[in-house]
Amino acid sequence: MNHVIEMLNIRKEFPGIVANDNITLQVREGEIHAILGENGAGKSTLMSILFGLYQADEGTIKVRGKEVQIRDPNDANDLGIGMVHQHFQLVHNFTVTENIILGKEGGFILHRKSASNRIADLSARYGLNIDPDMVIEDITVGMQQRVEILKMLYRDAEILIFDEPTAVLTPQEIDELMQIMRNLVKEGKSVILITHKLAEIKAVADRCTIIRRGKLIDVVDVAKTPVSQMASMMVGRPVSFKVEKKPAQVGRVILDIHDLTVMGNKKVPAVKDLSLFVRSGEIVGIAGVDGNGQSELIEAITGLRPIDSGVVSLDGNDITNAPIRTRNEIGMGHIPEDRQRRGLVLSSAVYNNVAIKEYYHPPFSKRGLLNIEYLQEYARTVVDQFDVRSGEGIFSNAGKLSGGNQQKLIVGREMVASPQLLIAVQPTRGLDVGAIEYIHSQLVAHRDKGHAVLLVSFELDEIFNLSDRIAVMHSGRIMDVVLPSETDEATVGLMMTGIEAKGAGHE
Amino acid sequence: MSKIKRKESLGSNAFLMAVSAVILGLVAGAILMAAIGSNPFSGFYYLFRGGLMNIERIGNTMATATTLMLVGLSVAFAFKTGLFNIGAAGQMLVGGLCATIVAHKVFLPRPLFLVVLIASGLLGGAIWGVIPGLLKARFNVHEVVATIMMNWIAYWSIYYFVPAYLKGPSLETESASIALTQSLRTPWLTKLFNGSYMNLGFFIAIICVILVKFILDKTTLGFGLKTVGFNRHCAEYAGIKVNSNVVISMMIAGGLAGLAGLTFYTGYSRNMQIGVLPAQGFDGIAVALLGASNPIGVFFSSLFFGILQSGKGFMNAMTSVPPEIADTIIATIIYFTATSVLFGRIWESIFKRRRKSAKEEQ
Repeated sequence: MNHVIEMLNIRKEFPGIVANDNITLQVREGEIHAILGENGAGKSTLMSILFGLYQADEGTIKVRGKEVQIRDPNDANDLGIGMVHQHFQLVHNFTVTENIILGKEGGFILHRKSASNRIADLSARYGLNIDPDMVIEDITVGMQQRVEILKMLYRDAEILIFDEPTAVLTPQEIDELMQIMRNLVKEGKSVILITHKLAEIKAVADRCTIIRRGKLIDVVDVAKTPVSQMASMMVGRPVSFKVEKKPAQVGRVILDIHDLTVMGNKKVPAVKDLSLFVRSGEIVGIAGVDGNGQSELIEAITGLRPIDSGVVSLDGNDITNAPIRTRNEIGMGHIPEDRQRRGLVLSSAVYNNVAIKEYYHPPFSKRGLLNIEYLQEYARTVVDQFDVRSGEGIFSNAGKLSGGNQQKLIVGREMVASPQLLIAVQPTRGLDVGAIEYIHSQLVAHRDKGHAVLLVSFELDEIFNLSDRIAVMHSGRIMDVVLPSETDEATVGLMMTGIEAKGAGHE
Repeated sequence: MSKIKRKESLGSNAFLMAVSAVILGLVAGAILMAAIGSNPFSGFYYLFRGGLMNIERIGNTMATATTLMLVGLSVAFAFKTGLFNIGAAGQMLVGGLCATIVAHKVFLPRPLFLVVLIASGLLGGAIWGVIPGLLKARFNVHEVVATIMMNWIAYWSIYYFVPAYLKGPSLETESASIALTQSLRTPWLTKLFNGSYMNLGFFIAIICVILVKFILDKTTLGFGLKTVGFNRHCAEYAGIKVNSNVVISMMIAGGLAGLAGLTFYTGYSRNMQIGVLPAQGFDGIAVALLGASNPIGVFFSSLFFGILQSGKGFMNAMTSVPPEIADTIIATIIYFTATSVLFGRIWESIFKRRRKSAKEEQ
């Protein structure tokens, strides 16, 4: 069997952490090879080395049996290695063609026509279904990702690396992507898929390399290995996928939203006359396709966006126009959607980030003076309890943490404060199964303490697993509120697209 | 343990970058001197001798550094909240004007007088700083634009105010000289430093260095200000009032620049010239940059720039090197400081190579 890529005995150290410790990765020609590992296990580092973004401290890289030096992404491109990044690198007001030929214009005169013909051909051949003349800002996220794929194909990439490609996609788009990957290998390309979603590996991958804490654990044949075994190899212990929870002990209403209307960024209502309540001791899940007003609803409840009309009250207090700090003080916790923009100060140490909402009152500070020892001690408990891993512990800058550890840090901060109402927006986005299991159990524990939880997730699994009631949201309205025991994913999925369920209408 | 290690690595890194920038700036200056046919060694010899050769010169250097230190602190403080205070010159003028008025018109016992004098400088600068802060908070007017405007408002106001109300006996273009007993000069300091410009302002600056460091590192006010500066979206999310922090930050920055004006106009020069926007207001940006916006860094970088500023005249007198060379050196240092990220990488790769070869030897 020919190996198209071989990374042999790779070692990479960062200050305080060995990201890759003697890892070997061998990818066969024409296979989909998955790399599975927890957050911060070293997957991204390994791929960054292959793509020339980092240099390995030790070890060799061979492409088609020949030893190579990959000093920067250009070297990688020349060797036929292409990468679809988690965050797309596209110019929003350029067309598909212009984005793809950017940097490969070739000569002084732009041959836009011939380029766009070639792109159309490639798109047809791999079933990508992309119009080369569309402008990026007018197409969906799923299509943007396919433009990234086209970009690599246009550059004659033979080995395609996908870094957590499904994090931003809807369920339908994920299915389409899986099909595209199959088309790619059918045409002789090789695919490396970095992910921690086991279902996806099971669906498309041929073999899987499992990494844990920077070390190679095993390379398995996906078809012959059960999901539970891969999960336990990744985490290092058995994992349960089902959340254990007792029936909800519902109490008084904590969050009450009445006839809420909120304007979106384009000055049209994003949330329309919406009413919803969450009681103590229950988890209410908001199901919906991304972009149906969930973000605006959450921003309105948390005070980040002004409310046009309607009333929001928290534990009997009218908070419609209350400052954010007042909401926090009454007892609102918020795991925000965008962890890097909203949730953290990336250039500040972990222990400052943990105290960001509470620094101004005792015991964090007294008469305007910070109690730094207490801040650090408090941060240590959060970091220990939520297993936030970083090079220098609580002194690491938040920006130095891997995405999953950043998320755990935010979840930890919000949960340890034990708010009456916890608003969790995609609380497990970018997390591995071990961490998801832990956060799910913590959300349930939070509920069992008699607190209210409002959960927004684009993953129906998560909604069904955790929610005591499910509110289905479509274009700014609640379609219906249903009980998970009385419905199924297909029915909710249909309502998410705006089609009313039969016999619905009790609002 | 890890805390100590981290602080060291961080501190030494910024320090290393600053030193590299200074050395490269000096080398560039040497090349320039050689290019115009002067001897760089004698040029630098007289430049530093001019700043440090005797107790009087050292006093002058310290007095020069005083103003730079306070402006540097002002700019650094605003930086920490993500604001670029380019209006230190105007804040200096207004702070200096208020202090000059007090020095001419208010007669009180010395300790009480000094309190009123300092407060007037602080207040004048703070008012001049808080206006752009309010504009930014209320109407989202960019502080760079607003502070530059405020500079010229101050410039022209003084152009009319000084000749009309504070005119000196002979000249139309400057205020009357402030009596020594009504200034920041004090006999024991003047005597100690052999009749130099050295004045009480230096101690004001030192106290401000300590105070600013304390506010930024140890107080809830500093915590909020820094959070707004690093990530205003996150600050907003956390319930920190972004707008009031912007106003407070500009007020404090203005106050510090006002104190710089106080030390300059009632300590160093003892009169106000019209039609001059003080260059220190802009040199302070360089001081803050080289000092990595850290109060202690500002302390040392202002002393260094103080030496260059007060030594350049002597260099010019003793050699054929024009005083502009000192300004060129300062400019080059700023240039290298701005590209300090590059030094970070260079140092890192050198250290890594060394570590690697050490490992291989084992």
